[in-house]
Amino acid sequence: MLLAKLSEASGISGQEGEIRATIRNEIAPYVDEIKIDPIGNLVALKRGRTGKARVMLAAHMDEVGLMVVGFESNGLLHVDSVGGVDPRVLVSKMVCVGRNKLPGVIGSKPIHLLEREDMDRATKMDALLVDIGAKNKEDAEKLVKLGDPVVFATKCEPLGAGFMKGKAFDDRVGCCAIIEALKVQHDFDLYGAFTVQEEVGLRGAGVAAFQIEPDLAIVLEGTTAHDVPETPEHSVSTVPGKGPAIVYMDRSWVGDKRIIDRLVETAEAASVPYQFKRTVTGGTDAGRIGLTREGIPAAVVSMPCRFIHSPVSVINLSDFENYVKLAGLFLDSLDERGLPIDEGSCKKTN
Amino acid sequence: MKDLVKRLTEAYGPSGSEDKVREIIKAEVEKFADEIRVDSLGNLICRVAPKSPADGSDPKRIMVAAHMDEIGVLVSYIDDKGFLRFSPVGGLSPYVLLGQKVIFENGTVGVFGTEKLEDMKSLAFDKMFIDIGASSKDEAEKKVRVGDSAVILREFSDLGDRVTSKTMDNRISCAVVIEAMKSVRPERHEAYFVFTVQEELGLRGAKAAAYGINPDVGIAVDVTTWGDTPECAPFNVVLGKGVAIKAKDSSVIAHPKVKNLMIDVAEKKGILYQMEVLERGGTDAGAIHLTREGVPSGTISIPCRYVHTPCEMVDMRDVDAATRLLVGVVEELASSSGGGIL
Repeated sequence: MLLAKLSEASGISGQEGEIRATIRNEIAPYVDEIKIDPIGNLVALKRGRTGKARVMLAAHMDEVGLMVVGFESNGLLHVDSVGGVDPRVLVSKMVCVGRNKLPGVIGSKPIHLLEREDMDRATKMDALLVDIGAKNKEDAEKLVKLGDPVVFATKCEPLGAGFMKGKAFDDRVGCCAIIEALKVQHDFDLYGAFTVQEEVGLRGAGVAAFQIEPDLAIVLEGTTAHDVPETPEHSVSTVPGKGPAIVYMDRSWVGDKRIIDRLVETAEAASVPYQFKRTVTGGTDAGRIGLTREGIPAAVVSMPCRFIHSPVSVINLSDFENYVKLAGLFLDSLDERGLPIDEGSCKKTN
Repeated sequence: MKDLVKRLTEAYGPSGSEDKVREIIKAEVEKFADEIRVDSLGNLICRVAPKSPADGSDPKRIMVAAHMDEIGVLVSYIDDKGFLRFSPVGGLSPYVLLGQKVIFENGTVGVFGTEKLEDMKSLAFDKMFIDIGASSKDEAEKKVRVGDSAVILREFSDLGDRVTSKTMDNRISCAVVIEAMKSVRPERHEAYFVFTVQEELGLRGAKAAAYGINPDVGIAVDVTTWGDTPECAPFNVVLGKGVAIKAKDSSVIAHPKVKNLMIDVAEKKGILYQMEVLERGGTDAGAIHLTREGVPSGTISIPCRYVHTPCEMVDMRDVDAATRLLVGVVEELASSSGGGIL
């Protein structure tokens, strides 16, 4: 399954080489141009039949993870987070370390040695040590360099009936949806932007949008789905099983109303379930894309992911199917009904 | 002018839904602009051409910006009984919402309610809801959809020299820019009067507009806070002592030439002014001055009490001073001397 392949590829922010190569191989047969820009965004073009408009789909390739920041004399490694990672989810996890993806273990202090007050305290990032089985510092330094990536060693596989578990669903689900979308030719030129460094501050997307200069952009994201009993219903951001989430606003962006209306109309016409994200926390690449150059109409569709930004998250497979479907149907609607913006303002006129 | 201020301040226009305000402004300024356009984010951009441009050289561009949007709330969830949960749009305190009414773009009115609270300190947005008088989710959804925004329902009041409304921030500045457009006569260079969107969410509209216009100098017009009510935080700007010329806020340090030009024009024309150094807060100048290769920018401020509450108050004499200063500064910039900047 394509999603499993994407989920298992490594690519912390700034070191997206492996996931980029994976995506590149997948899209190469279907697109007309592929470019890797100076900061590492992968930008693909599927030329349209008329090419009278440019539409951009964006998803970030990078994932949250860790980076090697130091060595102990006994060969254990110090790490720090890249992107938003809660240190409480890290203890005793398996990881892949460095460019050769050496197996590693994030260590824990045995319960026998814990002081009473340790029991009530979460381990902080600077106390976490990664064991790669090195004999000592010199040995470790031969295997791993400072700044090397550390990613979660999580196999992506089905869970129960209709769910999937894996790492980095944020935002490999979006990458997967764009890969599917790039297989279909439309009237307009379709750009797929697989962006870098979203998790450290939406850094890649603005650069990608600047070169593409789209007339309209959709960001395909993964978002939180903390549907647990302690959360009041109105504070649950999204609910797995209720379909892809349309985002009207978050900290970085207010979704373009015309695009949101079209997404809703498209979903309803095809009986594709959808939900609105109920919280406005977090930001996405849309915040950067929308304010690029003279402004770009943009909106976000997000995939509900339980336990996001941890070594293992869970998605509902029918949500995923509908997420990919909604993206495709939205693009079809642009052929059938035109762009939901003033097309006189389209930048490309040939 | 008070009639214009009343219409502008009572209009509906939360960040991201500025259409109604834009229509009012567009109708006011249409005959004073040589060209009007609305960009893809919704900024209203009005160009006023120079009277006698210099031969053989393109006119320089002066950008004046006032934001149209106001703070508000946005529906995030509708429960089975028809109560609306919401998120704030812009810098809003839950305390100012207690006892208020809101209005949606389609005219639907609601009131704020709260869950049972331990004490007032535990008040938070997620413990509040909006009651639009619906008794079921279905009934509520006939009037309001998730993602719809609402603003405080509050009329404009004329108190004499001073006036109060829900949106002096920043419709009073829109009024200033509209009035300025009616009389300004740029000589050599062209002026772009821009009514921007989504300032309250982080100066978003101005960033896109400035990229599109590519100005040579930028001036934001916005409200600032006050320092003249009982036991308030010390601040040297007070109501009735004139327009404020901004030296600094957290978004921009006014370009010295722009700031000094404002002071010179005020002195020359006998316009009452005060200097402003604001510790927290920003204006569209913060976005404009970092556009492309950088744009010398400054801000003309209107002193305003109770900012970001439903009863913001300004002094019309300060508003008049701001209008005259804006006209003077734009004309000086557009003159053959370029105000020493262009």
